[in-house]
Amino acid sequence: MTDTTAQDFKHLALTLAGAQRSVPWLDTLRFEGTEQWLEAQWPSRRTELWKYTPLASLQRGQFASWGSAQAYTLADDALLTLDAIRLVFVNGEYDAQASTGDAAGVVRFSKADAAQQTFIEAHLGKIVDTKRHLFASLSNAWTQDGVLVHVPKNTKLDKPIYVVHISTPEAEAAIANQRVLVILEESAQAELIEHFVSSEQPQNGFVNSLTEIQVGANAHLSHYRMNLEEEHLIHIGGVHINLASNSQYQGFTLAEGSQLKRIDYQICHKGKGAHAGLNGVYLPRNEHLLDYHTNVEHEAPHCTTSEVFRGIIADSARAVFNGRIHIHPDAQKTLAELSNKNLLTSDKAEVDTKPELEIYADDVKCAHGATVSQLDQDSMFYLQSRGLSEKQARTMLSFGFINELLQDLPQQAVREHLHRHLSLLFAKDKFAS
Amino acid sequence: MLDIRNLNARVEETEILRGLSLSIEAGEVHAIMGPNGSGKSTLGNILTGRPGYEATSGEIEFNGKNLLEMGIEERAREGLFLAFQYPVEIPGVSNMEFLKASVDARRKHLGLPELSSFDFMKIARETSKRVSLDAAFLKRGVNEGFSGGEKKRNEILQMMLLEPSLCILDETDSGLDIDALQVVAAGVNSMRNADRSFIVVTHYQRLLDFIIPDYVHVLAGGRIVKSGGKELALELEAKGYSWLEGEVA
Repeated sequence: MTDTTAQDFKHLALTLAGAQRSVPWLDTLRFEGTEQWLEAQWPSRRTELWKYTPLASLQRGQFASWGSAQAYTLADDALLTLDAIRLVFVNGEYDAQASTGDAAGVVRFSKADAAQQTFIEAHLGKIVDTKRHLFASLSNAWTQDGVLVHVPKNTKLDKPIYVVHISTPEAEAAIANQRVLVILEESAQAELIEHFVSSEQPQNGFVNSLTEIQVGANAHLSHYRMNLEEEHLIHIGGVHINLASNSQYQGFTLAEGSQLKRIDYQICHKGKGAHAGLNGVYLPRNEHLLDYHTNVEHEAPHCTTSEVFRGIIADSARAVFNGRIHIHPDAQKTLAELSNKNLLTSDKAEVDTKPELEIYADDVKCAHGATVSQLDQDSMFYLQSRGLSEKQARTMLSFGFINELLQDLPQQAVREHLHRHLSLLFAKDKFAS
Repeated sequence: MLDIRNLNARVEETEILRGLSLSIEAGEVHAIMGPNGSGKSTLGNILTGRPGYEATSGEIEFNGKNLLEMGIEERAREGLFLAFQYPVEIPGVSNMEFLKASVDARRKHLGLPELSSFDFMKIARETSKRVSLDAAFLKRGVNEGFSGGEKKRNEILQMMLLEPSLCILDETDSGLDIDALQVVAAGVNSMRNADRSFIVVTHYQRLLDFIIPDYVHVLAGGRIVKSGGKELALELEAKGYSWLEGEVA
């Protein structure tokens, strides 16, 4: 069998789009997406946004169909235990039994009434900038079901929204398109947790996910996004956020690696006085390829951004981090900070990190930095001098390196879940040697 | 307990200890004083096995074993403890988890069962009270954001939990106000018994008002140039170190 070429994947994607059940009121977006997908250049090593992230494993995947709701078994404690509005999807199909169902402000596209359809049409695909995001075009072309979270003015959702995407292997490799649209009106408040997991068997699927978020004036969103799938799953995901004046977005993202995982965050400060906080952790091991691209557009004055990403790269894995902050001419009095720190735990591990600062306003304060380091020798000695073995000390320090971003997470269920999950992962030594 | 014979040691290319000999019996408290740069801290680092510090000749016997052949963690598990002059801050590593791991390692070495998390937490809380350290510090990162005094008290807390047989206090008094000094000294004194020995390394006599030593040694030029009882510390306080310079080879 020979590798399918890039063109083949592009056409395969469209063939699969044609195989979807028709959702007439979403057709316009699907057509636009299809056109952009067809016109777009397939990334090569010369494509800046994909320079270190070859798509070979995606091109090799013989994706034959859309995912279907398979029976699945997850590891114990794979999901969060919390009182939430829970929507569970299995290979892209809604799992009514595992879900709490739609609730006030939360509805699936497929269940939307006429007014909600109009609302979705008005916003879906409008927050994302598809020119920079090839797979967002594909997501538009593949739009079918999805989750709308719409929180009206001055309203606070009393429970978090917990959206779970479960992947399981299928007889023939399948794809899933995951779509979430979040609109917070003025002074609204909500908490969204997106959780990507899989059964423990080797996966053969491809998940394309896209989350669009609009945070209205004075509104506040807490957003967690965890990618904890088995290492064969291919995931390409994007989170695109528009911030109105004096709004706040607090985001946290954590990903384990896989043969190909690429996650983009795009944050646009559209109104003055908005704040965006984004912390992230990436943990590729084995032969994984894990790529985070973040882009913050400061278009309005008096906005602040605080972004911290940390990664531990083990074995022969490769991580890519690209963090761009773009300060437009009108964005005076911007305060923006970006920090990226990496720990390599093997000679064969690799990270390509690139913070980018583009400033076109003269009265701003910006700081950015990236480091690649080893474990601190004084800390090693301190722990060993208390009786810890070298291995124990390494594990403890590596975990501490990322735990700095985990320990203060306000959502207890997420914090405890990650602490437990990652303690087990670190106990396997991958991130310590 | 500890027998150091004619020890020479260097840090990178610099010879710091030159023929140091010192013998400590169980239950004794030895103070080591000396001017800056005399090798006081090097002694603690050599005993604990800090990377970069190398014994070039001489012998160290600890509890009948050749200390210089033991790894860092082996020495700790065997009962050697250094209270650091400058304890490092390790953000992200929970003080409680770190303390439990170190106590577990020591207990395992002694053939004792691991403590349950619950039992350990109870002991850690009680002990932190004894060194006037709020139990909230147990939940923070190791020494993260601790003041100088809090770091030193955290060192004493670790010492109490690990129950070592030989404790080295490396300038534990530096940077402490009188209240903190008394707390630290009370902690040390509560641990004094017939089986446990202490090496108190200090530049000033002040600490020795609170921790009364059995012996006082003056370290100068990398070896012990004078030894005496506790009254020697007072003499040093009055006269300084310069009168001993003639003793330095």
